[in-house]
Amino acid sequence: MSAIGRYWRLFEVQVRSSVLLGLQYRADFILDGVVSLFWTLTALVPLFTVFHLRQTVAGWTFEEALLVTGWFTLLEAILEGAINPSLTAVVDHIRKGTLDFVLLKPADAQFLVSTARFEPWRSTNVVTALVLWTLAFVRMGRPPSLPGSVAAVLLLVTATALLYSLWILTVSAAFYVVKIDNLTNLFNSIFDAARWPVQVFRGLMRWVFTFIIPLALMTTFPAEAMLGRLPLTALAWSVVGAGVFGWLSRRVWLSSIAHYTSASS
Amino acid sequence: MSVRSTVRALPTLFRVGFAEMVAYRAEMLVWVLATTMPLIMLALWSAVAHDAPVGRFDQQDFVAYFLATFIVRQLTGAWVAWQLSFEVRTGTLAMRLLRPVHPMVSYAVENLAAIPLRLVVALPVAVIALLLTGSSRLPHDPLLWVIFLVSLLGGWVITFLANAVIGTLALWTGSSVKVMDVWLALFMVFSGYLIPVELFPPVIRGVIEVLPFRYQIGFPVELLTRGLDRAAALRLLLAQWVWVGLFLLGFRIIWRRGLQRFAAYGG
Repeated sequence: MSAIGRYWRLFEVQVRSSVLLGLQYRADFILDGVVSLFWTLTALVPLFTVFHLRQTVAGWTFEEALLVTGWFTLLEAILEGAINPSLTAVVDHIRKGTLDFVLLKPADAQFLVSTARFEPWRSTNVVTALVLWTLAFVRMGRPPSLPGSVAAVLLLVTATALLYSLWILTVSAAFYVVKIDNLTNLFNSIFDAARWPVQVFRGLMRWVFTFIIPLALMTTFPAEAMLGRLPLTALAWSVVGAGVFGWLSRRVWLSSIAHYTSASS
Repeated sequence: MSVRSTVRALPTLFRVGFAEMVAYRAEMLVWVLATTMPLIMLALWSAVAHDAPVGRFDQQDFVAYFLATFIVRQLTGAWVAWQLSFEVRTGTLAMRLLRPVHPMVSYAVENLAAIPLRLVVALPVAVIALLLTGSSRLPHDPLLWVIFLVSLLGGWVITFLANAVIGTLALWTGSSVKVMDVWLALFMVFSGYLIPVELFPPVIRGVIEVLPFRYQIGFPVELLTRGLDRAAALRLLLAQWVWVGLFLLGFRIIWRRGLQRFAAYGG
């Protein structure tokens, strides 16, 4: 059996066990959905307030900025449903020393921990994102640009890859500073800046959000692509950027697990 | 639990809390870094005010406002809701109940013990804010400074008690972290943390006046940066302490009823 086939089967097993686990807590599903919808709606208040006071901000109209918020909401849903649950579990493993059991298994450790838990029912915000996009384009009175939408789908892939790589980098920090169970919190609070078009930020902050923590590539670029105004070079750089971050996070992860000294033994 | 023995225990509790903060300083730093939201909002509002001021706010005013917000948030932090929720679930609350000090006193002192370390972060920010925006916005009336200090205390007490009330709900539901999430979402929007209260349309501003959130953060910040007169400041201070009273009352009722249900699982 080929390596890819083997990992695919492993992936299926992991997903099945997450779903079974999730079905035990059905009431949580509804509660989580309501709470995250509430968060998304209240998070729209600053957007409304800002555009209530101004026609455009940093060159963006309300409808265009709404597209960025839509992308942010979509990525947040992916983060909540597919990335956060697994990687929070890793931090726990590191603290308790139970990562041993993962490392001993005859498969790649990064693969195992990244696919350990999926909670798709947390992703109710995917629907909210679609609603926000529809609303934006209906108000603009035109459909999204067709080649732009193709680019946007590609950017969805690179954005997810970036998000995942950034998370791996954050989690790697847990190997060095043990009691950090609030890493999620830190990550979310930085990621929150992606809610706004990157042009809002100036000078150093914009540079950081484009190259160091590439939030611009995750929400601003896809929104620009939908509007049909993302230059092809930017698209190419996004793909390269996602590749570089993926490679970098892999290197950092490998050197971090080399540092791991089981806390239990 | 006499008042005297509680007062005698305070310095020790504070020392323990402080030692704990120092031991987990990396974690503390992560918490501080996670409250950088005012800086993002600062960038956003500066972009909005780039061409023309918004209401009375020009870019400098936004710098002053949001740096003050960052500082006030550092000094009025409380996280009892999560602690309580966790300790109810694991049963460790029983340990606190056995001690001859009211659990809320020990939580309060633990939360306050973080302030010296948080000052280490907040003071440089205050210096930067002063260098960037000058001292002309600060109040010149000494009475207003007294009101500011009282409002800072009031802001902390409201944050702490709201946390305590929501945390106590865990005695009924097992975990009240979700309720706290809803509270936090409302807090973010209506406290002046993301949007200065003055920039809301008048109708919403009227609603915010009667909600508790503004008195947690917005009010102390406005005292520092807005040039309120004595009458307005005293009126807001009164409203703040009415909320302190309401929360205290609410907490006493809910705590007494909740404790009767407590059954230290596995503690």
